[in-house]
Amino acid sequence: MSAAEKGWKDVPMGGLILEAGNAKEYETGDWRTHKPVWDEDKCSHCMICWVFCPDSAILVKDGKMQGIDYKHCKGCGICAHECPRKCIEMVLDTGKDGEAGASE
Amino acid sequence: MSRRVAITGNEAIAEAMRQINPDVVAAYPITPATEIVQMFANSVSDGKVDTEFVTVESEHSAMSAAIGASAAGARAMTATSSQGLALMWEMLYIAAGLKLPIVAPIVNRALSAPINIHCDHSDTMGARDSGWIQIYSEDAQEAYDNLIQAIRIAEHPDVLLPAMVTMDGFIVSHGMSNAEFLDDDVVRGFIKEYEPKHYLLDVENPITVGALDFSDWYFEHRRQVADAHTRVKDVVLQVAEEFKGISGREYKLFDGYKLDDAEYAIVIVNSAAGTAKTVVDELRAKGLKAGLLKIRLFRPFPQEEIVEALSGKKAIAVLDRADTLSLMGGPLYIDLRAAMYDSPGPRVKMVNYIYGLGGRDINMEQIAGVYNDLVEIVKTGEIKRSVTYLGVRE
Repeated sequence: MSAAEKGWKDVPMGGLILEAGNAKEYETGDWRTHKPVWDEDKCSHCMICWVFCPDSAILVKDGKMQGIDYKHCKGCGICAHECPRKCIEMVLDTGKDGEAGASE
Repeated sequence: MSRRVAITGNEAIAEAMRQINPDVVAAYPITPATEIVQMFANSVSDGKVDTEFVTVESEHSAMSAAIGASAAGARAMTATSSQGLALMWEMLYIAAGLKLPIVAPIVNRALSAPINIHCDHSDTMGARDSGWIQIYSEDAQEAYDNLIQAIRIAEHPDVLLPAMVTMDGFIVSHGMSNAEFLDDDVVRGFIKEYEPKHYLLDVENPITVGALDFSDWYFEHRRQVADAHTRVKDVVLQVAEEFKGISGREYKLFDGYKLDDAEYAIVIVNSAAGTAKTVVDELRAKGLKAGLLKIRLFRPFPQEEIVEALSGKKAIAVLDRADTLSLMGGPLYIDLRAAMYDSPGPRVKMVNYIYGLGGRDINMEQIAGVYNDLVEIVKTGEIKRSVTYLGVRE
């Protein structure tokens, strides 16, 4: 977190968060050991993965699946499990392809 | 006009709460604090206060509701004793960590087992590291005065910490004594309106309270709690000065009784201080330079001032109405010994007496015996026992 340089005198007391809508600043993608890899060609855009994803990490635009928000995906694998067309595969996240990952 | 009344400690606290007129009170009955809540509930039913009174199913819920109300922006209070305070345990730390100025009168009672309803200080002494301010009261008048002052102390912008005001179960809570009540408008003028800076019901400025705080920030937030405690002493003294203006009664961090020129000192809290002062008078009449230090503000601990007041004494006995079971003595003694480590000059002889557990009476002869022990220690230079259980049957 970029704010980590701040000390105890610089932050709101009692752990208060004074700005609304900041959960997306807390990037949980580096908790992941396995990451979902999406095969766009097989996808029917049924949105079942979007419904089930507990972290709102399925990116959607105009009713179409766009991919996965790797900054927040914790790699739980629910999307891969629920996908009726098996177009999401969980693979070990080595972090070598530039996305956030546990081994990074 | 203030009123002079014959009153029990519980009546005095319930009257202070009626005058404070908190926004929310959430409480659960427990002996010997039950009457406080019962009498306050009458004030609610009779329309004498505007308080939202929440009858909860346990003390854990009472403190939880007080925390929720305080976070929402309310002036919130509760009251309890003994097991009730123990059941509030995890919530005590949350109130302090969230920096919520909840004020709670606590009527001191022993903790089980064996089950007991009478006075000792194991309940509040056990909560001494929870982050709450702790103010101890000798009698009903002090409990009344301290509770009113605690509102101002807790809510002070430099502090914003929860505060508990204690008095001895039955001895004070149910014992009748003389006290003077202030006028309602004087109390309300003194405590003023609570104006929280950040609160959940401020819809224009939405905030999150109680967010997850891992190794990246938890340490910093706990450090803030310690920092707030460093400012409590000054605020307690400022508030006491203002309180003197409306009541004529003087309060400090602690009360020295014939202490300045004393050679032998007892350190004590709450009601037994009254008995000990009478012993001091008797011993003084016999020519012994006896004195007493009664701690009012125990958390945070006013180390500098206490060390200064006790420096140069020949011997000190600390009387604890609770044990730590660390085998190093009671909680007051352990803190006093640690505090006196920084005192200038030769090391003063200090001993500990644990007395009155579960409501066992302590009498004047026993306290006189403690002073005699101190004289003997100075005479022989020898401490036979550093921790003595005073008044237990061998």
